[in-house]
Amino acid sequence: MKAGVGAPGRAQIPERTFRTDGWRVYPLTTGAILIFFILYATVRIFMNQWYWAPEEHYLTPLYSPCLSTSCVPGSSHFGQPMGEIPAFLPMAFITFVILAGFRGTCYYYRKAGYRSLFMAPAACAVPEPHKKYTGESKFPLVILNAHRYFFYGALVFACINIYDAVLSFHGKDGGIGMGVGTVIILINVAMLLAYTLSCHACRHIVGGRLKNFSKHPLRYRYWTFVSKLNVRHGQFAMISLVTVILTDAYIMAVAAGWITDLRIFN
Amino acid sequence: MSYKGNFKVWRGDDTSGGLEDFVVEVNEGEVVLDIIHRLQATQAPDLAVRWNCKAGKCGSCSAEINGMPRLLCMTRMSVFTEQETITVTPLRTFPVVRDLVTDVSYNYQKAREVPSFTPPENLGLGEYRMKQRDVERSQEFRKCIECFLCQNTCHVIRDHEENKESFSGPRFLMRIAELEMHPLDTEDRTRDAQDEHGLGYCNITKCCTEVCPEHIKITDNALIPMKERVADRKYDPIVWLGNQLFRRGSHNKH
Amino acid sequence: MVQVQVERFAYDVVVIGAGGAGLRAAIEARQQGKRTAIVTKSLFGKAHTVMAEGGCAASMGNVNAKDNWEVHFRDTMRGGKFLNNWRMAELHAKEAPDRVWELETYGALFDRTKDGRISQRNFGGHTYPRLAHVGDRTGLEMIRTMQQKIVSLQQEDFEEHGDYEAMLKVFPECTITELIKDGDRISGAFAYWRDSGKFLLFETPAIVLATGGIGKSFKVTSNSWEYTGDGHALALRAGATLINMEFVQFHPTGMVWPPSVKGILVTEGVRGDGGVLKNSTGERFMFGYIPDVFKGQYAETEKEADAWYKDQDNNRRTPDLLPRDEVARAINSEVKAGRGSPHGGVFLDIASRLPADEIRRRLPSMYHQFKELADVDITSQPMEVGPTCHYVMGGVEVDPDTASSVVPGLFAAGEVAGGMHGSNRLGGNSLSDLIVFGRRAGLGAVSYLDGLAERPTISESDVDDAANRAVAPFDWPTEGQAENPYTIHAELQQSMNDLVGIIRKEEEVQQALDKLVELKERARFVAVEGRREFNPGWHLSLDLRNMLLVSECVAKAALMRTESRGGHTRDDFPGMDAQWRNTLLVCSSDERGTHAEVAAKPQEPMREDLLELFELSELEKYYTDEELTQHSGRAGQ
Repeated sequence: MKAGVGAPGRAQIPERTFRTDGWRVYPLTTGAILIFFILYATVRIFMNQWYWAPEEHYLTPLYSPCLSTSCVPGSSHFGQPMGEIPAFLPMAFITFVILAGFRGTCYYYRKAGYRSLFMAPAACAVPEPHKKYTGESKFPLVILNAHRYFFYGALVFACINIYDAVLSFHGKDGGIGMGVGTVIILINVAMLLAYTLSCHACRHIVGGRLKNFSKHPLRYRYWTFVSKLNVRHGQFAMISLVTVILTDAYIMAVAAGWITDLRIFN
Repeated sequence: MSYKGNFKVWRGDDTSGGLEDFVVEVNEGEVVLDIIHRLQATQAPDLAVRWNCKAGKCGSCSAEINGMPRLLCMTRMSVFTEQETITVTPLRTFPVVRDLVTDVSYNYQKAREVPSFTPPENLGLGEYRMKQRDVERSQEFRKCIECFLCQNTCHVIRDHEENKESFSGPRFLMRIAELEMHPLDTEDRTRDAQDEHGLGYCNITKCCTEVCPEHIKITDNALIPMKERVADRKYDPIVWLGNQLFRRGSHNKH
Repeated sequence: MVQVQVERFAYDVVVIGAGGAGLRAAIEARQQGKRTAIVTKSLFGKAHTVMAEGGCAASMGNVNAKDNWEVHFRDTMRGGKFLNNWRMAELHAKEAPDRVWELETYGALFDRTKDGRISQRNFGGHTYPRLAHVGDRTGLEMIRTMQQKIVSLQQEDFEEHGDYEAMLKVFPECTITELIKDGDRISGAFAYWRDSGKFLLFETPAIVLATGGIGKSFKVTSNSWEYTGDGHALALRAGATLINMEFVQFHPTGMVWPPSVKGILVTEGVRGDGGVLKNSTGERFMFGYIPDVFKGQYAETEKEADAWYKDQDNNRRTPDLLPRDEVARAINSEVKAGRGSPHGGVFLDIASRLPADEIRRRLPSMYHQFKELADVDITSQPMEVGPTCHYVMGGVEVDPDTASSVVPGLFAAGEVAGGMHGSNRLGGNSLSDLIVFGRRAGLGAVSYLDGLAERPTISESDVDDAANRAVAPFDWPTEGQAENPYTIHAELQQSMNDLVGIIRKEEEVQQALDKLVELKERARFVAVEGRREFNPGWHLSLDLRNMLLVSECVAKAALMRTESRGGHTRDDFPGMDAQWRNTLLVCSSDERGTHAEVAAKPQEPMREDLLELFELSELEKYYTDEELTQHSGRAGQ
């Protein structure tokens, strides 16, 4: 018995798809971006260095907050409650779990990932190669329902990133100053905030779960606000992915001394 | 103004069939359904096609044009070049009856399995009070014209015949969302959405939204909010604990 | 001779048609405990009712508390130029609010007022904002609501009987070709499945016709293919009578471009929400077309008309919202005078009247319709519109209270029933008509059944006969030319459109009748290829017989009525004639439906208390002097 579109009773059409448009573009480009990020992040978190530019006070979001005694001096904005991190663990593993977890369970990235990496399906009305499919109804994918917990985590991390951004206004003489890095960090924080707040779980929590908006006028306003952002959630997801990589790469380059941060003032 | 267009139209029934070539006149301002009608009137009088209103309001003329699920009456010929060969096939998720007509009874069966609107008992005729902002979410879903393009494009059943039993499809998961967001409905269908109607099968790849001729944001506004409601009920220990402790609403029944 | 294999089904009530009236009738019959079947040519939920956009008229008084059934009754009678069956108009005005509220209990979500009640909008001919609506897709909301109510009843039946279809079953894509009688009473109906071509027989003592209208006999129409006058023709052949068939409503605003969508409706809601009609010189021409009978009721300056949208108590409404027949004629005249738009219509402008967001919010499906079908953005450009055949006021002559036709066991509701709307229907009165008289037809059938001593029976010869007639188009004529059903249909549409259309003349109608004789003769030789499985050529051949018969009624009645009133405009008799107001034209046919006849009959005089609801001065515009001697205004003189 043939499965899928070839199932008995359906119109017998040997061609998989008659689509003539560029349906391959989305899975290919999205897949390439996702794979690049995964590779970059993996390499980067095992580096365990070049995450803090001491003169400029830039901390990369991939290592923030730095909570262990292994952290280089100055990079621990919230103390070092964690003690020594064993060598086999990347020192930024908590940050990584939350950030990767938030993106990995995100409703937009799920679409992006399923389409580009798993081809389930690669594009609409294009048959997928899998024999069986149970989607997110069974373990392990049912875990994706924990998205809201990663959202809470991401919200905390977004606040930490804001704090880091404030600290990045550090002048070379100790007062207030600003470099290109500061601008990059600010843009990144804005994008991260937009991405985090436009999250579907956030939309549900602030008001979506209500049956009667009219009894909760304030939450209705939040919900309306988040709903507006939510329409662009996918865009924010991809933009913030790029800004995180750029921010990290810039700070790494400054910290490693490959480039010098261009100062706007002080 | 007018040119000869090349068409491939699938003709056949549940036992056999194939694409047939046609060359047919195309005039300015026409839609694909006009061409199918011209074929009926001039070249293939028994070419079967289902249609009603020809204005995108009834959702009868669903088919696949160049591989994309679309309404025949809402696909303008001007989106194609004059040289292009246009392929028209029946929906490929449902059993074919003849030519472009498919048997969509799966959908009517699934519609019956969704517990209906359950009105509050204490309200009489004319006593319903609902604020516009409270009905707006459900109203969006009620724009649905039941063309079943979303059902047809959803890979859960398109590519896996065996899932038809446990999966109701975007149309009826959206129907559940509509009722759950209805300000006066008293029934609770949240658990059923996951356990009986297969919401968990949905992997939010958004093809239903992409093909919806009414531009309903099925995934963002119906399916994901339902997934979040299911998560509240089934997968979120804190919400569960909160409900146990504070006995909020009727949730403690479950 | 064909091999006759017929599936048989026994029901208490068979409802033909699954639009608003049919579904409401079926809900009522099932709720009264009768086993009910719904037979529809289309899929369940696709009926023409989904096309209704503007709203459903009911004097709930939610927006303007001054509204009540008496005002609604008066508006309806005025709209119909006092030719309406007054009892139907009375029942309609009184019961519509309850029927609308009932829909809410089925789950309907109408747009709301600030305080949470059903919002109501302005519409042509209605004194107050009266139309319950959902954006511009009210018909869809109603059909879906009742469809879902039926599902909910089926779920109850499943609980009780273990079978969803134990008490209420839908037969989708199934066409009734003949009604069968036992003596003078209804005993059943013969049908075929559209997909397999196989035959079915319904054994039933009560049939509710809810088949809608006849628009597919006209070329430019807002109606879908289903509107082939099946119910009208079935009723005629079963011995029932039709009234008012000369009154065909041409909706003033149909799309005129591109050609493939010519006729598709542009909702009156556009004008209700502020849209205005303009000719090619940019003039708002409707101010020049207020007829004498409406003088004083409509704004005479643009300033007053515009002020009315905001303050309806102190301003008169815009003439853009005159009853449909007036607006359609006005557009027709403007185009004839050379002041039309490029594609032969006039301009309907909402773009300059409302902000773009507001247009998209209030008229979402109009926005999409023009964007996707005509590539016109109505938030920045005017629409081009012109009259389109929209609705037939005429239909089966029924008893107002029970919806029963003159044939025992045969009921009719909705567009297929005649009388309610007189010579012209007000927008919004159609949807309310469906639910008010749909319910009454269901109840009528139930009480007929309850009074029935024994079930009528069906003779086998009638069944064989029906089957033979159904397959006749597959017999190719042994001599002469075989006819293509599509060709005959196209010629019929052209002829009706050009000769019995919005403006009529004696010679032209006579010409149309001659053409009908020719077409009827040719239709006997219609032959189709292929098999019985989903064969559209065959389907059309069968529908064609109905269209020809009904067109004959329309043309004959149009020829006979030598006046202009509502949906019947005679170029050679431009005025309204009070003598004709009281006269109904009744159409009947022989058993085979080969020939239609029309005869005049007087209308029953209006009950006195209802007559008193009108000012004498208004009645004098319509009534003869003798008819008004009883009015208190006269008696006092």
